[in-house]
Amino acid sequence: MKLKLLIPLGAFLLLAVFLFIGLGLNPREVPSPLIDKPAPPFKLAKLDQPAESLSRDDMKGKVWLLNVWASWCVACRQEHPLLVELSKQKVVPIIGLDYKDQRPDAINWLAKFGDPYDLSVSDMDGRVGIDYGVYGVPETFVIDKNGMIRFKQIGPVTPEVLRERILPLVKELQK
Amino acid sequence: MRRILFTCALAASLHGAALGQAASPPPAQAAPAAGRQAAPLAEDPALEERVMRLAEELRCLVCQNQTIADSHAGLAEDLKQQIREQLRAGRSDAQVLDYMVERYGDFVLYRPPVKTTTMLLWAGPFVLLAVGAITFAVVLRRRRPHAVPFDEAEHRRAQALLAEETPEIRT
Amino acid sequence: MIGEVGHFALIIALMIALVQGVLPLVGAQRNITTWMNLAQPAAQGQALFVVIAYVCLTVAFVQNDFSLLVVAQQSNTSLPLAYRIAGVWGGHEGSMLLWMLMLCGWSVAVSAFSRRLPQEFVARVLGVMGLVSVGFLAFLLFTSNPFERLLPAAAEGRDLNPLLQDPGMVIHPPMLYMGYVGFSVAFAFALAALLSGRLDASWSRWSRPWTIAAWSFLTAGIAIGSWWAYYELGWGGWWFWDPVENASFLPWLIGTALIHSLAATEKRGVFRSWTVLLAISAFALSLLGTFLVRSGVLTSVHAFATDPKRGIFILGFLVIVIGGSLLLFALRAPKVGLGGAFSAISRESMLLANNVLFAVACASVLLGTMYPLILDALQLGKISVGPPYFERVFVPLMAPAVFLMGIGPLARWRGSQVPELAKSLRWALLASVLGAAVSLLSGGSLLGSLGILLAVWVVATTLALLAEKTRNVSGSFVQRVSSLPRRVTRAEAGMLLAHFGVGVFIFGVTMVKTWEAQNDVRMEPGDVATLGGYAFRFDSAAEFNGPNYIGLRANVVLSKDGKELAVMQPEKRMYKAQGMPMTEAAIRTRLGGDVYVSLGEMVSETAWAVRLQIKPFVDWIWGGAALMALGGLLAATDRRYRLARREERAAIAGRVPAGSA
Repeated sequence: MKLKLLIPLGAFLLLAVFLFIGLGLNPREVPSPLIDKPAPPFKLAKLDQPAESLSRDDMKGKVWLLNVWASWCVACRQEHPLLVELSKQKVVPIIGLDYKDQRPDAINWLAKFGDPYDLSVSDMDGRVGIDYGVYGVPETFVIDKNGMIRFKQIGPVTPEVLRERILPLVKELQK
Repeated sequence: MRRILFTCALAASLHGAALGQAASPPPAQAAPAAGRQAAPLAEDPALEERVMRLAEELRCLVCQNQTIADSHAGLAEDLKQQIREQLRAGRSDAQVLDYMVERYGDFVLYRPPVKTTTMLLWAGPFVLLAVGAITFAVVLRRRRPHAVPFDEAEHRRAQALLAEETPEIRT
Repeated sequence: MIGEVGHFALIIALMIALVQGVLPLVGAQRNITTWMNLAQPAAQGQALFVVIAYVCLTVAFVQNDFSLLVVAQQSNTSLPLAYRIAGVWGGHEGSMLLWMLMLCGWSVAVSAFSRRLPQEFVARVLGVMGLVSVGFLAFLLFTSNPFERLLPAAAEGRDLNPLLQDPGMVIHPPMLYMGYVGFSVAFAFALAALLSGRLDASWSRWSRPWTIAAWSFLTAGIAIGSWWAYYELGWGGWWFWDPVENASFLPWLIGTALIHSLAATEKRGVFRSWTVLLAISAFALSLLGTFLVRSGVLTSVHAFATDPKRGIFILGFLVIVIGGSLLLFALRAPKVGLGGAFSAISRESMLLANNVLFAVACASVLLGTMYPLILDALQLGKISVGPPYFERVFVPLMAPAVFLMGIGPLARWRGSQVPELAKSLRWALLASVLGAAVSLLSGGSLLGSLGILLAVWVVATTLALLAEKTRNVSGSFVQRVSSLPRRVTRAEAGMLLAHFGVGVFIFGVTMVKTWEAQNDVRMEPGDVATLGGYAFRFDSAAEFNGPNYIGLRANVVLSKDGKELAVMQPEKRMYKAQGMPMTEAAIRTRLGGDVYVSLGEMVSETAWAVRLQIKPFVDWIWGGAALMALGGLLAATDRRYRLARREERAAIAGRVPAGSA
């Protein structure tokens, strides 16, 4: 049997291996190119006190979570109790980025479902969201003391992700 | 002669008909018979064309199966607005695309970038074509008909057959 | 009750399929006649029960039986009847049952139309098809049961996806599946040939009509899908190089190589291994397409709801069937170098070049489609491969193939003299260059002019071939033309029609891409916009109630040179059950092109965003494809495939030895 006749079989098996690996991957997930890069700067009005603002540099020196949320976002309600719980433990400051929302709606939503945020800022037109590569709400970033993004969670934070990825990382960065 | 005329007519007529139907240059501003002239949707149609051309190169991340040119999703509209502002500010096409890639990664480009990881992708078809061409050449060489020379006896018989008035029918 | 009957019928079908898949193959191997003779009845029996199951599911849909999960997911009481029937294949489970129905259809056809073939061979062919049936029936019963119950039954269904509530939806999947499944016949023939060691010219002659028929259906299916996307999706595009579109295109490309390779194998006994490999690959790619759409591995607008269990099953099936076939190929493929010799310029060499080009094109599209997955699997990042890549890669590969398509049919088997060929082709070449020149002079792009060159070349070479056929006929032009039917066989006529269709197709694509125009305007009642010599006046917009949607219809008056031509009515619809908004474009179709109007969003209280488009010759794209499919069907029904049966009958009737008629 000539060896070259085995080439089609070999090529096919190689393809099958990739397809098999592919079954475990999520083709819709877009990894962030901002990991291990500086968090994009922003200066946004606070949700509670619109006259005041918060900028990225205000958070330098601390490890913090940036959670992108909105009152119109249904999936956010899934992760919200988890965040409220987390905020009670006072492990890490959580800053909310209220994305493309209306102020009254946002304030009502927090009043209704709880406010885990040290504070929230309003990204009315979504510009800051674009800078952070936000494409679906909710999304959560872990940012270190030097203002570098270390982790991005796409979609609601689950107990597993919180327990296995976010909290250990926060602990590590806080040392 | 007939054939020349026919083929010329064929080529030309196809084209004539085509041009009769084809679009004229950019949307005319001439006043039509009746009614108010509709304003173009975009403020600056020329800029908008550039925006759309760039938008067609970018994937909408929300629906993921459309370009941001075709998508009506919120993020798509926001990104188109970004492109518009950047082009207006004088940035080049390449700079706008870089801006998008910085934030969303290579996934957002429908035309895969040329880098080491995509070398196989861009070079692949050429390599395959080269392999195909070599295979083609090899097969041709192997299949080339060899003229088998007749020996003396066969030569004489062939001549005899050709000389006969009525060919023999073999039974 | 209906659900249980259907479910039971599928189980029986599986058992019969097991018989069909195992016994005839063993029987052929061991020469057990009774087992070999089981092949046809088993195929027919299996078909009967699959038909019963399919009818049960259809009845459940028509009667709005929401206690069946798939009916609750895909249907709705206010869904019109036609779409309730078509909704059977709207979801994954039902579409797999449609696949099975098609597979049974082809199996029965093979069992009915192969009486003149040796039983041993037919047993093997049906046996292989039986094994494929086993795989699909098992897949249905174990992972995708269409008769799964929803208890308690839903009060109302979720409705068929509005995008699918359309006549195109009714035809596209069945056509496509006819093609995909039809390649299983070519596959079965190839495996039967490998198993029996009988790879002579007769194998290819028997296989040809089936393969061409499958190819024709696939051509039609892909074309209808493209046309449907064009008028349904609302923005005038017709091909997006979307992974699932590519998945249907890959078997088509290999199928095209296959039907051409079969011609060479039949006529001259060359390329035998290559043809067998192509036959296996065509079906492999059909299966791969099925996998890609249903496994969630690639992101696509076409993808069905995904489930990893299904993905694993299909992948396993793929590995067993294709891996097994390719292994068999490696072990049993005929020694290369069989068949006659041929020179560098000959029909064989043209067909070989065609094979190479189509195979490379297919491999390139496969590479582009799979590449994001490959990189992601190797953790090298995530990229997208879209139309810019495919167009850059595909067109340069196809252009030479199209050029050769003009020369091939004129070249002789074994060898052609270049001067002779050149003489036959010079007018075609002249016409093509002229066409390209006219295009350039009219402002067409370089690429567009190349397209015109190729389109004219194809048409002109087709005519040149017809001229060649009637060269020895004396008399006037009319006499020569009327002698054609006698001098051209159906197979040749089919080929010419199909090739002509390619020319029409290329012309349509080139003209649309070069000359299409678009105008996005904001319109209030009374506004007029212009595009391409036409004037569009926005008259009014009003809401109305559809059967299962609330619609908004605008009236746009189309006129040219002051004369009113039509009232175009683009719509926006909100389908009540799923709350999904849809845009229905208004299209005015003429031979010379389409005028396309679609409604965007309301930009103010009274004004709408309206997109106007002119698409010159766009319907020639699908017209060309239709001609290709028709040509294929014509070729598949050529007399000589039926000749043997007539000879048989004559032999029995008059005791005349076969072949001396």
